[in-house]
Amino acid sequence: MTQDSTPISDADPALADQGSPSSEQNEYFARFVNVQKSYDGVELVVKDFNLDINKGEFITLLGPSGSGKTTCLMMMAGFETPTHGQILLKGQPINDLPPHKRGIGMVFQNYALFPHMTVAENLAFPLEVRHYTKEQINKSVARALAMVRLEDFGDRRPAQLSGGQQQRVALARALVFEPDLVLMDEPLGALDKNLREEMQYEIKRIHASLGVTMIYVTHDQSEALTMSDRIAVFNDGVVQQLADPQTLYESPANAFVAYFIGENNRLVGDVVERLGDQCKVQLDSGETVLAKPVAVGGIGSRTTLSLRPERVAVLRDSDDPRREGLQNCFTAKVQEVIYLGDHLRTRIAVCGNEEFVIKTPNAEGHHALRPGQQIEVGWSSDDCHALDA
Amino acid sequence: MAIPSYATRSERIWHYVFRGLCALIFLFLIGPLLIIIPLSFNAEPYFTFTREMLSFDPAGYSWRWYEDFFTSSRWLNSIKNSFIIGICSTLLATVLGTLAALGLSSRHMPARGLFMALLISPMIVPLIISAAAMFFFFSKIHLAQTYLGVILAHTVLGIPFVVITVTATLSSFDTTLIRAAHSLGASPQRTFFKVILPLVTPGVVSGALFAFITSFDEVVVVLFVAGPGQRTMPIQMWSGIREEISPTILAVATLLVILSILLLTTLELLRRRSERLRGMTPS
Repeated sequence: MTQDSTPISDADPALADQGSPSSEQNEYFARFVNVQKSYDGVELVVKDFNLDINKGEFITLLGPSGSGKTTCLMMMAGFETPTHGQILLKGQPINDLPPHKRGIGMVFQNYALFPHMTVAENLAFPLEVRHYTKEQINKSVARALAMVRLEDFGDRRPAQLSGGQQQRVALARALVFEPDLVLMDEPLGALDKNLREEMQYEIKRIHASLGVTMIYVTHDQSEALTMSDRIAVFNDGVVQQLADPQTLYESPANAFVAYFIGENNRLVGDVVERLGDQCKVQLDSGETVLAKPVAVGGIGSRTTLSLRPERVAVLRDSDDPRREGLQNCFTAKVQEVIYLGDHLRTRIAVCGNEEFVIKTPNAEGHHALRPGQQIEVGWSSDDCHALDA
Repeated sequence: MAIPSYATRSERIWHYVFRGLCALIFLFLIGPLLIIIPLSFNAEPYFTFTREMLSFDPAGYSWRWYEDFFTSSRWLNSIKNSFIIGICSTLLATVLGTLAALGLSSRHMPARGLFMALLISPMIVPLIISAAAMFFFFSKIHLAQTYLGVILAHTVLGIPFVVITVTATLSSFDTTLIRAAHSLGASPQRTFFKVILPLVTPGVVSGALFAFITSFDEVVVVLFVAGPGQRTMPIQMWSGIREEISPTILAVATLLVILSILLLTTLELLRRRSERLRGMTPS
């Protein structure tokens, strides 16, 4: 697997002035340096994790379950200790600091509200620990409740609130003591779809208004794309790619990222020719496809071509003028059409792949496809990424 | 429980037979307890209903056995002993049992099964064996025939109940609450007193109740370990039956039944209140 080779800090202003190593180090708000974690002393759950986080950034750790993302979050929170490596917060190593002295806010998947306390008591808990005065506590709690729009709910108990409201209280509680860093462990996992989307914008709004740094863990790629400044895609304990949402979607670094972020069609073959910024790939089914080499070896190496469903054009006939710009054109057979309202999801058989999916907008000028129909499809070589096999 | 409209004839018959059986079982269990209440008002020193009692003649009833109880220093002394030993051993068993249960439920606990079995063993080992063992051991270390000896012995008997009920409560305890408290800045001590303890209180209280009841009606260990100075009420009742055959014991039993009912009712009300406070049931 190819790890992202570009420096993680490409968006960081500290890199621009190329200061001394120590000053550069201090610019980062939080860092994971060569962090490894093993629970049983044999298998590494996290293998050499490096991440530099800027102040005020919204970073998402994305990956399937068991990929090590939650373990990384727990190490930052202090609930797990790294087997190897260092975690720094504001330039200070925090490996030996117990969780309750780290001053990091945390939102848990099941909210973890104290059931025997009212909402206001839950919010006051971190403030009482910090010996705030009664007056300060009342003020901060009221402000935090207003922030999550639950002004009238201070006297309720968590069990009397809906899931979305409990999640808001958990968010307010993690923010009420004004931590610089807030960790979120799949906080929206238990909510239904509409509520989840609403909460995504809510969290985004709070992040923007408070300027707090957030590390967010999720396995939901659309959630990650919506909310994050940068996303670290985890698999098998290794960061596969670290980039902003657009780069991840448009230029996946390897086959796993392409497969995990968004939908993608795969075609498998061998590289037969390299032509500058393009390469020619002979598919196992015999066709030749022009593609953009992203993570392939030399001639003769195996490759997986990745192609987004919405980047495949359906051509009217062999004289379609759009044919000019598309280096790859093939005849396909429609297998199945699924109506999704705003677009049609069509499964076609092309280049020996029966599971090839294309998306066409349900708009003017797009004629309906029927199962069994023979059609012409085409795509640009720039949209077809040649990745590792 | 109503009979569903689709019930067959035999199901209907069984329905009533079943109810009758339930009533009989209740009668069998509760009957002896209920009988002693009127008998304790007997004017004569008998354990049976006299002719006057059966004809509801007021002359057949009296408070004499209650008077006897409240004026007898032996009885009052035994009650005092029972409460001293019961309360002290309950407090000890509750504190030790709760701490043990917390430790046993920690995910870092090695040999959990072994320790659990050791703590529970006083419940399983025949009481007479524990009692004899304690007698010889306590004699060696000069604890036999002392209050402290009896209290410690009853603490050992009470701990299993506390461990079991608190462990059961902890098994439904959400451990992320502990992490949440830590992430909010609470030290382990503060987390224990503000988060863990309030949430496991129902288990602690019912464990304490069982421990108290165990101590309160325990005979065998007291017979072995206690001296004449630590005569508890069960011992007094036992010797009362054996030596005096006085219906005072019926008056004591009636008072104990009433006390138990009051105790259980109070605890149940407290438990419902705490559940409501914890938001377990919608108010």
